[in-house]
Amino acid sequence: MTQKHIGLAPSRRAVLKAAGAGLLTAGFAAPVWSQAAPVKLGFQLHRTGIGAAYGRWYERTAQAALKVVNDAGGINGRPVEIVFEDDGTDPKRGAEVVEKLTRQHNCDLIFGPLFSHVVIGSAPRAAELKVPYLVCSEGFHVAGGMLNRWTMQPGITDVRAQVSSMAPWVLANLGKKVAMVFPDYAFGHDHRDFFSAAVEAGGGQVIAQIAVPPTETSFTRYLPQIPNDTEVLYHVMVGPAVLTFVKELGEFYGTGARPEIFGFIDSLEAVDLASPGLAFLEGTHFWEGHCRNQQADASEFETAYRAAVGVDANGASVSDAKDVSTYAHMFSVWETLHIIKAGMEASGYQGAADRQRFVEAVEAMTDMPESLAHVQGKKLFNGKTHQVFGHQFISKVEGGKLIKVHTTSIEDSLYPDAVDYTTQSF
Amino acid sequence: MSFGPFLLLAVLEGTVMAAVLALTAVGLSLVFGVMRVVNVAHGEFYMLGAVLAWFVTYYLPFPPLLAWMAALIIAPVLVAAVAALTDVLVLKRLKYNPEATIMATIGLLYMLQQAALTVYGPDARPVVAPFEWRIQLPWFGYSGYKLFVVVAAILVLMAVWWVMTRTKAGLIMRATQVDRDTAQTFGINVNRVYAGTFAFGGALAAVAAVLIVPIQQAHYLMGHDPLLLSFIVVIIGGLGSIRGTLVAAVIIGLSDGIISMFFSPTLAKIIATLLVALVLVFRPQGLFGAKA
Repeated sequence: MTQKHIGLAPSRRAVLKAAGAGLLTAGFAAPVWSQAAPVKLGFQLHRTGIGAAYGRWYERTAQAALKVVNDAGGINGRPVEIVFEDDGTDPKRGAEVVEKLTRQHNCDLIFGPLFSHVVIGSAPRAAELKVPYLVCSEGFHVAGGMLNRWTMQPGITDVRAQVSSMAPWVLANLGKKVAMVFPDYAFGHDHRDFFSAAVEAGGGQVIAQIAVPPTETSFTRYLPQIPNDTEVLYHVMVGPAVLTFVKELGEFYGTGARPEIFGFIDSLEAVDLASPGLAFLEGTHFWEGHCRNQQADASEFETAYRAAVGVDANGASVSDAKDVSTYAHMFSVWETLHIIKAGMEASGYQGAADRQRFVEAVEAMTDMPESLAHVQGKKLFNGKTHQVFGHQFISKVEGGKLIKVHTTSIEDSLYPDAVDYTTQSF
Repeated sequence: MSFGPFLLLAVLEGTVMAAVLALTAVGLSLVFGVMRVVNVAHGEFYMLGAVLAWFVTYYLPFPPLLAWMAALIIAPVLVAAVAALTDVLVLKRLKYNPEATIMATIGLLYMLQQAALTVYGPDARPVVAPFEWRIQLPWFGYSGYKLFVVVAAILVLMAVWWVMTRTKAGLIMRATQVDRDTAQTFGINVNRVYAGTFAFGGALAAVAAVLIVPIQQAHYLMGHDPLLLSFIVVIIGGLGSIRGTLVAAVIIGLSDGIISMFFSPTLAKIIATLLVALVLVFRPQGLFGAKA
């Protein structure tokens, strides 16, 4: 049997711990939190790999949102901290990161991943570990019913809603015969399927669907597949080679005749519109989830958000004009963190035992009015499909800036529920 | 697009591809020919060249053309230094044992990749082309710089051929390749030849990278594809044969360009890999390689 010292005399370790804790407490400026253990949020971050440009800005946005939340008193009166863990934009590592954040770091929940293949690879592990997993991925896989009760997308709209709400505008203003170029994986397939369906429904025709592997580095060879009678070229591309893609598109059409071009800003996220070789984009249109260039009618919330994250009126970092943000997507991190706060406070979240109640609290959400928590605009959450709906913006490149020319209504983007997660067990 | 212009674009793309392949593979082939070392880190020397080109063009306050020319000198020199150091510190100590050097260069691959990630970061960054020149054909436009890459590739390959066959350094390298021991008895410093060859191979990878990076972007993971393609070319052409490398690059490049355009890029890759398998089964020494 081992001997134990029982008595009033504290052990040396306990004395040291107490002294250390006292020092730490004395050092804190905000004594409010001195008693409460922090809420620990895990962030699955694409710091490296093909999503690195997004990762850089998602981390900055998360830090800015964290500061706003903590300055306003934290969550349930407790301070909040975020543990960032890199998943290399790799589905296999994504699942490992979910495990690490949950088991090793003891995070209360996990949020933040964007790339659809990583989300699809990681979500099953989150369900096994019974940890809420709030994704910012745009894919239809959440609302489509592919994932699970623990996975939710309350901070960004999905591709199906985006493309089906914009298709009528594209058909009415740009042309009826559409050729599509998209990345050949889950996210691109959502574009292919739902935009094609919306075009058919609107009386247009998709005359070519050109799939490009997301790791491709040279694109000219795909471009001749665009038919001559194309009226609208629809492009969406991801990964480190997006700039090359757009440049080669410019080289290909050059000064010759070209169709109208409608792109997803994904093809140019984190890329300066003033880069050499992009002049041909003048007059073309883009989808934006959030307008990169500050618009004349920007709300006070949006302006405050822009300043908090450190983005200038052109969408670049205030400290480096060449460091262009992923502005159209990163608001999702900000809004998701605010939804986490709202959900935890509605459910009276105390610790890991309340994870299920947190999910139920988020499922109960519906209207999300435009506010500092929802800087991109008003939203409507569907608790059954775990998917949020909101406005989409179409911008035109004018004088090297993206100027908003159309805003879709939330109603335009709604579609029948494909799943009811609330009937699934936890 | 009608058949004629379509074929023209396919051939242009194929030719550029062939030039890229030949440029990246020639260093690998040379190193294997002389040293019998399969350099798995060859793609990372290429990546290092591209990343250095970004640093040089970004920080030197020159116009694009001058900055790019500076990169064309600085990047290969630095990469050659890294390669020479690798030879002296690692490969020599392993006595150029084939299995050990493969493992060591795999290790080097990861070290260089992670070093680039740490210092340069995870982003893909564009290197401005030395000149902007677009050729506008009636059916499509094409980058004039890509055609320049083809010309440059031919010049680089001719220079390598000239060095190997017409200079004393080439003679010494070839002598070492044929018989290391005899070369040593004739007073050739074999250690220095090996370090020099490895450095030359690295420099060639860097030259290829500086030429190609304006039509792609510098990224820490970019070494993977060139390595794979170089192996395909070198295996088909015959390890160590520069003529074989050139012929294989043209075959693979043109077929890749044409098959990619008329069918699909995936099919082109499948066929190239299948060709490697067939060559390994029926002519293991490659089209132009000497029997081992």
